Amino acid sequence: MLTWLSLLVLALFSGAAFVAGRRRATTAAAGRPRVLHSLPDYYGTYVALWAGVPAALLLLLGVMAGGRVEDAILQSARPAAVQALGPDRQAVFYSDVRAIAAAQSPSEVTYEGELKVALDAKVAEAKRIETVVNTAMLAGAGVLALAGFLLAFPRINPDFRARNRVEGWTSSLLIACSVAAVLTTLGIVLSLVWESWRFFQSVSPLSFLFGTEWSPQIAMRADQVASSGAFGAVPLFAGTFLIMLIAMLVAAPVGLYSAIYLSEYASRPVRGVVKPLLEVLAGVPTVVYGFFAALTVGPLFRAGFNAIGAALPPGPMATYLMEVQNQMALVAGVVMGIMLIPFVSSLSDDIINAVPQSLRDGSYAMGATKSETVKKVVLPAALPGIMAAMLLAISRAVGETMIVTMAAGLQAKLTANPLDTVTTVTVQIVTLLTGDQEFDSPKTLSAFGLGLTLFVVTLCLNIIALRIVQKYREQYD
Amino acid sequence: MTSILNPLASPLLQGHAMTVQSPDDSSRASVISTAPTSAPSPAEPKIKARGVKVFYGEKQALFDVDLDVPGKSVTAFIGPSGCGKSTFLRCINRMNDTIPSARVEGSIQIDGADVNAKSVDPVVLRSRVGMVFQKPNPFPKTIFENVAYGPRIHGLATGKAELEAIVESSLKKAGLWNEVADRLHQPGTGLSGGQQQRLVIARAIAVSPEVILMDEPCSALDPIATAKIEELIDELRSQFCIVIVTHSMAQAARVSQRTAFFHLGKLVESGPTEEMFTNPRDSRTQDYITGRFG
Repeated sequence: MLTWLSLLVLALFSGAAFVAGRRRATTAAAGRPRVLHSLPDYYGTYVALWAGVPAALLLLLGVMAGGRVEDAILQSARPAAVQALGPDRQAVFYSDVRAIAAAQSPSEVTYEGELKVALDAKVAEAKRIETVVNTAMLAGAGVLALAGFLLAFPRINPDFRARNRVEGWTSSLLIACSVAAVLTTLGIVLSLVWESWRFFQSVSPLSFLFGTEWSPQIAMRADQVASSGAFGAVPLFAGTFLIMLIAMLVAAPVGLYSAIYLSEYASRPVRGVVKPLLEVLAGVPTVVYGFFAALTVGPLFRAGFNAIGAALPPGPMATYLMEVQNQMALVAGVVMGIMLIPFVSSLSDDIINAVPQSLRDGSYAMGATKSETVKKVVLPAALPGIMAAMLLAISRAVGETMIVTMAAGLQAKLTANPLDTVTTVTVQIVTLLTGDQEFDSPKTLSAFGLGLTLFVVTLCLNIIALRIVQKYREQYD
Repeated sequence: MTSILNPLASPLLQGHAMTVQSPDDSSRASVISTAPTSAPSPAEPKIKARGVKVFYGEKQALFDVDLDVPGKSVTAFIGPSGCGKSTFLRCINRMNDTIPSARVEGSIQIDGADVNAKSVDPVVLRSRVGMVFQKPNPFPKTIFENVAYGPRIHGLATGKAELEAIVESSLKKAGLWNEVADRLHQPGTGLSGGQQQRLVIARAIAVSPEVILMDEPCSALDPIATAKIEELIDELRSQFCIVIVTHSMAQAARVSQRTAFFHLGKLVESGPTEEMFTNPRDSRTQDYITGRFG
């Protein structure tokens, strides 16, 4: 609250600095704006940036790190009564101290005697520390803002290159943003690797990558040793690839052919209608595809197969078909394929359009028909790009979660039968991590192992795809 | 009426052709149809254009072009940019069909058969009228496959040996054989610009066309490559009717026997090249070839 207020004050101060800087520049120009190196606004912006940004950064740092500093000071001296407690109880004690100091509801633990005394003392200390830290932060921000202003303001004169300086600030801002994005990615990957490493300490990577039995639930029961849960990821990856295969069997031909139609055959008005419609399909949230799969396609397929089973002469095949369930790899795969159609077609469309018109003209001038031109000139020329589009689609299919969660099932079976229920890597990650979980059992940690493996697979696919696209781009330059 | 001249036209298509023809066109066509018997000219022109108009959407790009192009010689189309010479060239093999907004009126006959008749399949027409473009456009295939493209799609070779013979003779005619004989199976896009242009000429020759249209074939090439192409054009004229669009008047003077000068979508003047360059009839032609505009 206090920080937000101080940020507002800072913004106002920075605005005032802008006005002051601008005025100083215009006054110095004395009615002849051409003598100024830069436009007056640049002088204002320059002063405002110096007055505002360093102080704002300090305030942000305070918001992020202030609590930790307070904790560190608070816990530097521990009363004997608190030290007598176990590490877990100590943590509860300090979290209660913070809660009471911030006037929030503490835990239900009751403190008596020496502990009660220690608690009250610590609460008072916490309040004091907070005041000190806040004051120091605000004072520091104030000093920085003023110092920034005093540094920048006197520099304003007609020869000062404010425009170039502001340019420098802009480029630092852009660099900061991209560095933040890269660091975030790096952080995610590192945390994935770290947690996976913890997992692989209890389960060997070999048995994880090549084991054919997956039943992490066993490890949850307290009376069993953690390692007795089965963590063989092969059935999960088999299920993932089975569904991906079905999805690509749907998406690749339909997407590619619709791209060929749109880019080569469709007249301009038809293209103007069909292409946006396909893009609407791309905008449907995957959860909608998910319940479409679970509530419409699943029952439909099941009814269809059951009817076929009933029509067949009695036998194991007929019995099997009559017992087919809603949740099967086929349903999830087909719906995922439908989801990928616009993705494949829009990428392929771009790639086909990038094939130079001169190649088509050359082929037509040889007396080739449209379909001969497409088949023998356009598609071969676009093939590397189309392959890349397919790989990107595959990596989306492998990482897709919602549809398979709702339509594929949970049983980890090693099967190639599309009518069977299978489970995928992403589904398992969801089921392992939803709900209240402790993050120290192999069961939950296995999610990170799965996530890391999946990440490596899709990363490789994307790298290969981008390489191919790059190579393809060079071809026509 | 024009379709009567076309020996390939089926009776069904003939009727169709006549119903879509405007009275204007058919009367013109009937006049032309009497021409072969009464024409005093010793050699019948290979290509005969009468009243050709081209529209791109609302804009008219070509106005009433009447032109005769003789066979087995080189005819050059010259004129400033945007004068319609390329547009007219693209009418001859109906490449304007590939532009949705383009509309062609009038008649263009090759050996007396109207290319715009409904009975004429543009795909077959283009196998008889080859085309070479401004920028070399070899397909992203091997040199061999580039030349074999036409023979393959038109089924001109019955076996592998025959196909190889066609490819070899086409490359020889295009003067490229000696340079690529040892790398027929490397990509055609790896050749130099001038070689690529000769490759696409070989590709066009491979289907044994009667007419070869060249749309500024040397504008993307250096002087040495240009000289080679010009030499090639001069050799090819003994076998083909060649029409070349060029910006270079020197090139027109060097390679062509006849020249047609286009200006603002109109054919201003046409005649033997020597006459055009030494003694132009129209003042606009004179201004253009002496470099006063364009």
